Amino acid sequence: MAIELKMPALSPTMEEGTLAKWLVKEGDAVKSGDILAEIETDKATMEFEAVDEGTIAKILVPDGSEGVKVGTVIAMIAGEGEDASAPAAEAAPAPAASPEPAAAEPVGSEGEEKPKKAESGTSKLAGEVRASVSDPDIPAGTEMVKTTVREALRDAMAEEMRADDRIFVMGEEVAEYQGAYKVTQGLLEEFGARRVIDTPITEYGFAGVGTGAAMAGLKPIVEFMTFNFAMQAIDHIINSAAKTNYMSGGQMRCPIVFRGPNGAASRVAAQHSQNYGPWYAAIPGLIVIAPYDAADAKGLLKAAIRSEDPVVFLENELLYGRSFEVPKLDDYVLPIGKARVVREGKDVTLVSYSIGVGVALEAAETLAGEGIDAEVIDLRTLRPLDTATVLASLKKTNRMVVVEEGWPVCSISSEIIAVAMEQGFDDLDAPVLRVTNEDVPLPYAANLEKLALVDAGRVVKAAKQVCYR
Amino acid sequence: MARTSTAKSGKGATSAPPPANRERPEEPARYEASKDELLEFYREMLLIRRFEEKAGQLYGLGLIGGFCHLYIGQEAVAVGLQSALEMGKDSVITGYRDHGHMLAYGIDPKVIMAELTGREAGISRGKGGSMHMFSVEHKFYGGHGIVGAQVSLGTGLAFKHKYAGDGGVAMAYFGDGAANQGQVYESFNMAELWKLPIIFVIENNQYAMGTSVNRSSAEDQLYRRGESFRIPGIQVDGMDVLAVRGAAETAVKWVREGKGPVLLELKTYRYRGHSMSDPAKYRSREEVQAVRDKSDPIEHAKKELEALGISEDALKDIDKEIRKIVAEAADFAETSPEPEAAELYTDVLVDTY
Repeated sequence: MAIELKMPALSPTMEEGTLAKWLVKEGDAVKSGDILAEIETDKATMEFEAVDEGTIAKILVPDGSEGVKVGTVIAMIAGEGEDASAPAAEAAPAPAASPEPAAAEPVGSEGEEKPKKAESGTSKLAGEVRASVSDPDIPAGTEMVKTTVREALRDAMAEEMRADDRIFVMGEEVAEYQGAYKVTQGLLEEFGARRVIDTPITEYGFAGVGTGAAMAGLKPIVEFMTFNFAMQAIDHIINSAAKTNYMSGGQMRCPIVFRGPNGAASRVAAQHSQNYGPWYAAIPGLIVIAPYDAADAKGLLKAAIRSEDPVVFLENELLYGRSFEVPKLDDYVLPIGKARVVREGKDVTLVSYSIGVGVALEAAETLAGEGIDAEVIDLRTLRPLDTATVLASLKKTNRMVVVEEGWPVCSISSEIIAVAMEQGFDDLDAPVLRVTNEDVPLPYAANLEKLALVDAGRVVKAAKQVCYR
Repeated sequence: MARTSTAKSGKGATSAPPPANRERPEEPARYEASKDELLEFYREMLLIRRFEEKAGQLYGLGLIGGFCHLYIGQEAVAVGLQSALEMGKDSVITGYRDHGHMLAYGIDPKVIMAELTGREAGISRGKGGSMHMFSVEHKFYGGHGIVGAQVSLGTGLAFKHKYAGDGGVAMAYFGDGAANQGQVYESFNMAELWKLPIIFVIENNQYAMGTSVNRSSAEDQLYRRGESFRIPGIQVDGMDVLAVRGAAETAVKWVREGKGPVLLELKTYRYRGHSMSDPAKYRSREEVQAVRDKSDPIEHAKKELEALGISEDALKDIDKEIRKIVAEAADFAETSPEPEAAELYTDVLVDTY
């Protein structure tokens, strides 16, 4: 029986990839460990190794195919004694193949069983719903370019680094590896090892080195591979960076950006899945930014780098590969501390930030189908919080739900609800509700992960509740 | 068993130290100060001593609050080391026992004392207090309250010197207690890896609050703590200002030549408790008195000055002059107004959003 070779998932977030190059051709004998092909994932180019022994009978997906879904059959291997030239019976169609594993018989090699495809609970987070309101900061008629969040962040850093020699990037794997999540791709080549600096795995240490360099007058961008690891460094972020200007009576500044992915990623479990937005947003002396789309990622990262204050810039791994329209402007800088209405509506306000904005937008579409016109606000900056935009919307809709990919207790949601109570009480026709992750460490099992994370269905339910529908 | 084999193979090594397998700074020599230089060191040490005594008094009167860590006994360290630096070019950073380092860098005693009393005229406008004082103008970067933080931050200062190519070096002070913090070693690693111009200074005053070095440190010869990072270490008599200055010469030369960091361990002693609220029950009165009698850095310098022909009267005049400076600083600190209430909200952020 011929063995099917399927497009592998080579990273936790990979859903599709590019089959960059076949290193074998039809008729070649292969054995376990041979490199069959090079596959580009959302993060890197990976080598795809053979597990089985046999002869390449048929290559079904040619070199250079883009968007090949994980699970697509890309080639067939004929086992010993089989006719390699015989056409494969169930050749899957190329790129467009369904992501479901092909329903074939169990493969002959030892111990290999077909795993039940486990869909991550995060797949429901990064939906494809787009904002309906264009950004008022973009002049009408501006050409828009489809850009991934990852590229937008890189472009922001590169543009600022070209303009100011004091800016440098430091972190684990930011230089030669091109970034653990490819966000710093190409920076080493353009700016050299003086300004793009690989550090040892030493978060506490390099956060302190960056902070000290900022105190001395440089403008460091410190990348944390993820913010989960920044807990090792949080002392410098809070005690050294955030408080210096105040403690020195305005004498000693600390213009530094701490950036990296934050929040739940896909199937990486409790220690690698946490939203630190509420933690940092609690600290006076810090600016905290958590953008959703690529344009905001670019415009706000440029603003963060230019700021004279320490900034915590929270990205989201699940959004890195998403493409959004980014205005083609020489210098696209957005104001810090300004929320944005990303969808206008009159019946209920959905407030969110980062990846939660996509969830809120998806919920708003569903609600529209049921006759409820939801307004969606992207906070974009968590500190200082743009309460004016939130309260203006509340005045209009009189109902509010806060959507947050994070825990409920002492959260941004709690804060928004407090603001609504203190300053918007007379505008409320219903109690403000929050839809957040469950109040548990994020589990690994796919079904439990799905249950733990925020989703549009629960937002819809909460929105209906505050509308008494 | 291991011990036996070590003893065998180590037989020859007891007679002569093994040859160094890499370049090291030369052994420091005691600094040969001119009469004027030694007089200046004496003045500075005496200023720190009298300033700290006065701060202790003001604390007792309730004019200084919170934590207040005095530098009495350790004066030769800051004075000897910083006299070898170029003020305004080289940067200095330390922990919370910071008054002495600021005075040794020529910062006005008035604004330091006014910070201790929490007044508007204080160097941090009354918002930092004893542990959090800075003078960017002097390239004195604090004044940090978290044990060990200044070592990573100081490495960042050195990073800036190298990045900017400004020829400056950084000096980061920390205590024998901070020497057990993890971030110190993270910083050692990066500093040597990147050959940063930094002098790490361990002020070993023997006690981390109430815990002696021997009770807290597996390797109590702290100058060896950089060895596994290939940072050369030098142990120095921190009670002798000229020995300290001599070591500083060696260290500054090494670091300025681009050879990377160096680690100095200054053996010193604090006469007072860890902070004003420490009764110091962990050591005997006799132990403290013995150091005062035998090793006091100021008395030591005084004797040398007398030997150089400085009259007792001249030394008395200096003491009088210093007491006057300190009294004026205290007076200023007591009579200056507290910060305006509106200052509560200033300097949280630099920009407006």
